[in-house]
Amino acid sequence: MPLVLTEEQSMLRDSARGLINDKAPVSHLRHLRDSKDETGFSRDLWKAFAEMGFSGLLVPENFGGSGLGYVEAGVVMEEIGRTLMPSPFLSTAVLATSALLRGGSEAQKSAHLPKIADGSLLAALAVDEGTKHRPLQTSLQALRAGNGFRLSGAKALVVDGHTADLLIVAGRTGGAPGERNGLTLFLVDPKAKGVAIERTVMVDAHNAARIAFDHVEVNADQVLGEVDQGFQLLDGLLNIGRGAVASEMVGLSEEVFGRTVTYLKERKQFGKLIGEFQALQHRAAELYVDIEITRAAVLKALQALDADLDQAGAAIAVAKARAGTTATRAVQEGVQMHGGMGMTDQFDIGFFMKRARVCQELFGDSNYHAEQLARMKSY
Amino acid sequence: MSDLETFRRETRAWLEANCPPEMRRPMTSENDTYWGGRNAKFSSEPQRVWFERMRDKGWTVPDWPKEYGGGGLDRAEHKVLREEMTAMGARSPLSSFGIWMLGPALLKYGNEAQKKEHLPKIAAGLIRWCQGYSEPNAGSDLASLQTRAESDGDDYIINGQKIWTSYANYADWIFCLVRTDPTAKKHDGISFILFDMASKGVSTKPILLISGYSPFCETFFDNVRVPKSHVVGTVNRGWDVAKYLLQHERAMISGTGERGIGRPLGQVAADSLGSDDAGRLDDAMLRSQIAQFDIDEAAFAAVAERAIDLAKAGQSHPAFSSAMKYYGTELNKRRHEILMSAGGIDALEWESERSRGGARPRAWLRTKANSIEGGTSEVMLGIVAKRILDLPGA
Repeated sequence: MPLVLTEEQSMLRDSARGLINDKAPVSHLRHLRDSKDETGFSRDLWKAFAEMGFSGLLVPENFGGSGLGYVEAGVVMEEIGRTLMPSPFLSTAVLATSALLRGGSEAQKSAHLPKIADGSLLAALAVDEGTKHRPLQTSLQALRAGNGFRLSGAKALVVDGHTADLLIVAGRTGGAPGERNGLTLFLVDPKAKGVAIERTVMVDAHNAARIAFDHVEVNADQVLGEVDQGFQLLDGLLNIGRGAVASEMVGLSEEVFGRTVTYLKERKQFGKLIGEFQALQHRAAELYVDIEITRAAVLKALQALDADLDQAGAAIAVAKARAGTTATRAVQEGVQMHGGMGMTDQFDIGFFMKRARVCQELFGDSNYHAEQLARMKSY
Repeated sequence: MSDLETFRRETRAWLEANCPPEMRRPMTSENDTYWGGRNAKFSSEPQRVWFERMRDKGWTVPDWPKEYGGGGLDRAEHKVLREEMTAMGARSPLSSFGIWMLGPALLKYGNEAQKKEHLPKIAAGLIRWCQGYSEPNAGSDLASLQTRAESDGDDYIINGQKIWTSYANYADWIFCLVRTDPTAKKHDGISFILFDMASKGVSTKPILLISGYSPFCETFFDNVRVPKSHVVGTVNRGWDVAKYLLQHERAMISGTGERGIGRPLGQVAADSLGSDDAGRLDDAMLRSQIAQFDIDEAAFAAVAERAIDLAKAGQSHPAFSSAMKYYGTELNKRRHEILMSAGGIDALEWESERSRGGARPRAWLRTKANSIEGGTSEVMLGIVAKRILDLPGA
C-alpha cells in the first residue's frame, strides 16, 4: 500500500476541509468556550456532518453508512485538528462505531449503527480511571447479579460523556487490576439508575466527563463481546482511538507550524524579517522534518489498522508517541516564535497548545507508548 | 494471483536458491562489502558467487533499463525485491558510487554514448568510481570550487585539488566538478566531467581519520588531459547535474536503504547489560533512550517509504532529500552513541581480535562524518528553510 492518499481519500479530505473551514474555524471553538455552551459542540454542525456521510464513515453500507476505513477516519480527524472543531466524531463515529462493529451482536449493531450513521445517536467510551491512561488497571467492578451485572466505580476523561446517549464502559468481571483476563465491555444507558455524570470543563474547552457508577444494573444483552475476554476488544478500540488522535495531532501540528512560518515571513525585528535569522530558520526546518516524519508514521499506522487491527500495535505505538512529541514541539515553538503575542488569549495559538496537551494524555502519552514498544520488542 | 504476487513468489524462490547462506548474515567488517573495480578482489567464494549471480540477473541495479545492464524492474517490482532481500537478510551484492550517485545522473543528463559506455560497466562492477566535489576551500560552499579546466583543442587541461574524495585511492574513474568559465557567476561556470584516475597527472593521498581509517583522500590534478566529450550535460551547466546527483548522495548517506538491518538495539543492550526479573533492560535510562530511538527509527523508515511513494505519485519536493539526509544522519549518530553506551567498557577496545579490531568504536567515530559529508546538517536545514519553507534571505 503506497504511503500517499488515494484520489478518493484526497477528495474526502478536501470536502471535510471545506466544511470545517467554513463552519468551524477556531473562532467557533472560542465562541463555544466563551458562551459556556452547554453541549460544547454544535448539533447543527453534527447534522451537517452526518448529511455529508462523516458520522457514518466507518458504518457499513447495510447499516446506512459509507463503509470506509481508518485511513479515511484519520483524514477527517486531521482536518478536525486544523481548526480544533469540537464534535462527537472521535467518540461516536470512530470509537463507538468500531466497538459495535468489532464486538457487537447483530441486535446491538442494528439497534445503534443506523442511528450513528444518521447522526441521531451519540456515544462515549469510558475507560480511564486514574491519573494516567492504564487500561489494564481498570478496577470498576462488574459483579454478576441475577441475569446481568451490577457496575460500581468511576471513570474520568470520558470524551463527550455528558452528551452521550450510549456509554461503552470497561469493567472488571474477574481478575485483579493489571491482569488481562476478567475485563468486559458493557453498553450502558447514561440515564440508568445509579449513573452520575459530571461534565468536566477541560483546559482545551473540549468535552469530557467524570462518570460515577453506583450499583448500576445492566442486562446480559448489554455485554459487548465476551465476558472476561474484553481486553483484546478494548485494546483494538484503543489502538483505533490512538490512530485517530494521532491524526488530529498531525493536523494540529501542521496548522500551528503553518501559522508560525507565515508569521516568520511577516514580523520584522531589528529591521529584518525574523524569518531571515538562521537560528529561527533552523528550528523551523527541524520542526518541518519532524512533522513530515510523524505524518508518514501516522499514515503507516492507519494503514496497518485497516490491514490487520491485531497486528497494528507497534505501528500505533510509534505513531501516537511521535505525534505526541511532535505536537508538543510544534505548539511550544509556535508560541515561542510568536513572542508575546503567542501568550495572549486573543491570539488563537494557545488553543492549539491546550488541545495538544489533552491529545497527549488521551489513550496514552508518548512515554506510555515508548514503554509499550519496549515491551513488544522484549527489552 | 496478481502479477506482482507471482513476481514476489518467483523472486523469493530465486533468492532462496541463489543467495549463499554466508551472504545472509549481517556484515561484520569492511571486507564484507564488495566494491568492484579493476583491482577488485572477493573476500570469499560466497561473495563472488552472490555477486555474479545477481549481476547476471541485472540485479546489481534492478531498476535500471536492461539495455544498460540493469534488471528493468518497475518501482513496484523493485520494492518487492528489496523487501524480499531484507526479509532474508541478503547483503547487497555490490556497493558502488557508480550505482548510488553517478548512474542516476547519467541516466538523466548523459548522452547515449556516455550511457552505453559507462552504465553497463557500473552494473557489472568493472569500474569503481569516486566523486570529485569538495575542495580544501570549498566545503559547504561547494560552488566556490576552484579546480579549473582550460580548453585545449578537443581536450580540457585540468588543474587543481579535491579533498574528502572517498576511496579515491581505490577508484578507477572520477566524476568531477571543474570550473570551465572563471568569469561567470560561481554557479554558472561549472562543468561535470568524467575521467580515468590512471590519467597522467592524477595523484591521491589518504587522510587518516579519528576512526583510525582513511576512507577519504586528497586528490591532485596536475595538467590532466581529458577529452571534451567527457563532459556530462551542458558545458558550464554542471551545477544542475551536481545538484541532482547530490539528492541521490544525500538519500544514500541518510541510510534509508539499510534501516532495520542487524540486531535490534534493545537486544544488543540486553546481551551486554542483562535484564531484570520482569525482562526489562537493566539500565532504565538507556532502555528509555532505546525506546525513543526505536520510535524515531520506525517513523523514519515510514517517511523513507513515503518519499518513494510521493516521488512515484509526482508529489515530492525536490529538496526533500535534504530533510531526509538531515534526520537520517542525526539518527544514525544516535544509534551509535547508544551502541557505545550499551557496549560499555567492552566497546572501548580499539585493537584486539575480541573487538574485531575495534569495529564498534571505529564505526561510532565514522558516523560523526555523516552529518558533515554530502552537506552538513546545518546546510540541509538551510535548504529546507529556504527551498521548502520559502523563508526569506539568501
